Amino acid sequence: MPALLTEFASGLKNFLERVGRLARFGLQLAALTPGGLLRVRPIIEQVYNTGALSLVIIMTCGLFVGMVLGLQGYEMLSRFGSEEYLGTAVALGMLKELGPVITALLFAGRAGTAIAAELGLMRATDQIAAMEIMAVDPMRRVVLPRFLGGVIAMPLLSAIFIVIGLFGAQLVGVQWFGIDQGSFWSQMRGAVELDDIGEGLIKGAVFGVACSLIAVYEGYHALPTAEGVGRATTRTVVNSAVVTLFLDYILTAIML
Amino acid sequence: MRPSRTIDISTGLFVMLGLAAILFLVTQITNREFTVNSTSYRLRADFENIGGLKAGAPVSMAGVTVGRVEDIQYDMKLLKAVVTLRLDGRYNEIPNDSDASIFTAGLLGGQYVGLSPGGSEEFYKDGDRIEFVQDAVVLENLISKYLFNSASKTEAAPAAAPESQE
Repeated sequence: MPALLTEFASGLKNFLERVGRLARFGLQLAALTPGGLLRVRPIIEQVYNTGALSLVIIMTCGLFVGMVLGLQGYEMLSRFGSEEYLGTAVALGMLKELGPVITALLFAGRAGTAIAAELGLMRATDQIAAMEIMAVDPMRRVVLPRFLGGVIAMPLLSAIFIVIGLFGAQLVGVQWFGIDQGSFWSQMRGAVELDDIGEGLIKGAVFGVACSLIAVYEGYHALPTAEGVGRATTRTVVNSAVVTLFLDYILTAIML
Repeated sequence: MRPSRTIDISTGLFVMLGLAAILFLVTQITNREFTVNSTSYRLRADFENIGGLKAGAPVSMAGVTVGRVEDIQYDMKLLKAVVTLRLDGRYNEIPNDSDASIFTAGLLGGQYVGLSPGGSEEFYKDGDRIEFVQDAVVLENLISKYLFNSASKTEAAPAAAPESQE
């Protein structure tokens, strides 16, 4: 029993240590951000890497999520004879929850892992050490643009996901099941407030910061071995998913 | 790495697409039929019971949305709910004996304030109080009224209506 207890205690200590390091890393990045924003070139490259290259997967998934919401929502609402509320249901569900959360999960899987693997491999092949020897700050030169690129790209991806999802739901509801197009959109307009959209965008931005931070942290601190790089990418996905869902609950509780 | 021009172009495309999506959400999905601007004016109405009326609910005349409920307060002196309505400046010729009632949209829908025009020659101005009001109909009150009525009837004449006791 005591052995178990000490193991638990050391596990907890490890966890707290990692959270503390992550927070310190985040503060370091935040301190560098104002200066880093002036160097536009590397940030554009990273917005391209994390955003433009994720576009296809985000749009495809958004379409399917919207379509499945349309299908499920129609099935449910038609029991009460109120199919025209489908637009409202899909819009609120997408804006407030599914849009930002699923985008964040996809973002972690598509862009987060790429960042973590890239940084981990740079660490493993001593590129980061080489930069330090040349008195080039790797935080500024390598880590910061990737972080900022993710932060910029994520809310935009989330908005695109939501819009595509709405059209997916419209495709199923209006084109296939024959809900009136006018009432689909007007019911949606009647129920969605500007605050709801703000909530979705805030969530997208917060998840963007969290997922990008985790990706650069795990990549930068990867063990310089093949296995270490692999573990860094795994951790990126797992931690991003957990943190996203945790933050989602907190943000929802605050903004409800 | 691809040539930087391609990267710039596709990044620009991506950013524009994202901004267009946000613009679409803000303009196409939200309710834009009534906007608060400088010409809009406020009216006040005191209700005994507002039911489930909420700030932001529509104010309508003959089914057309002419404004929104801006604020709901409880007045401790009047012991009434004070509802502030904000009306669109386009509708500035509402007779000043018009009355306000709280209605429910559909059986389960949200509640809204309906104005029905009176016959006065003068119009409401900013800050006026609507004198004639009709409270929200609370479904529970109606049901209990109906139940108590029928219960007292059966008690009063149990012999006359024996079949109602089945």
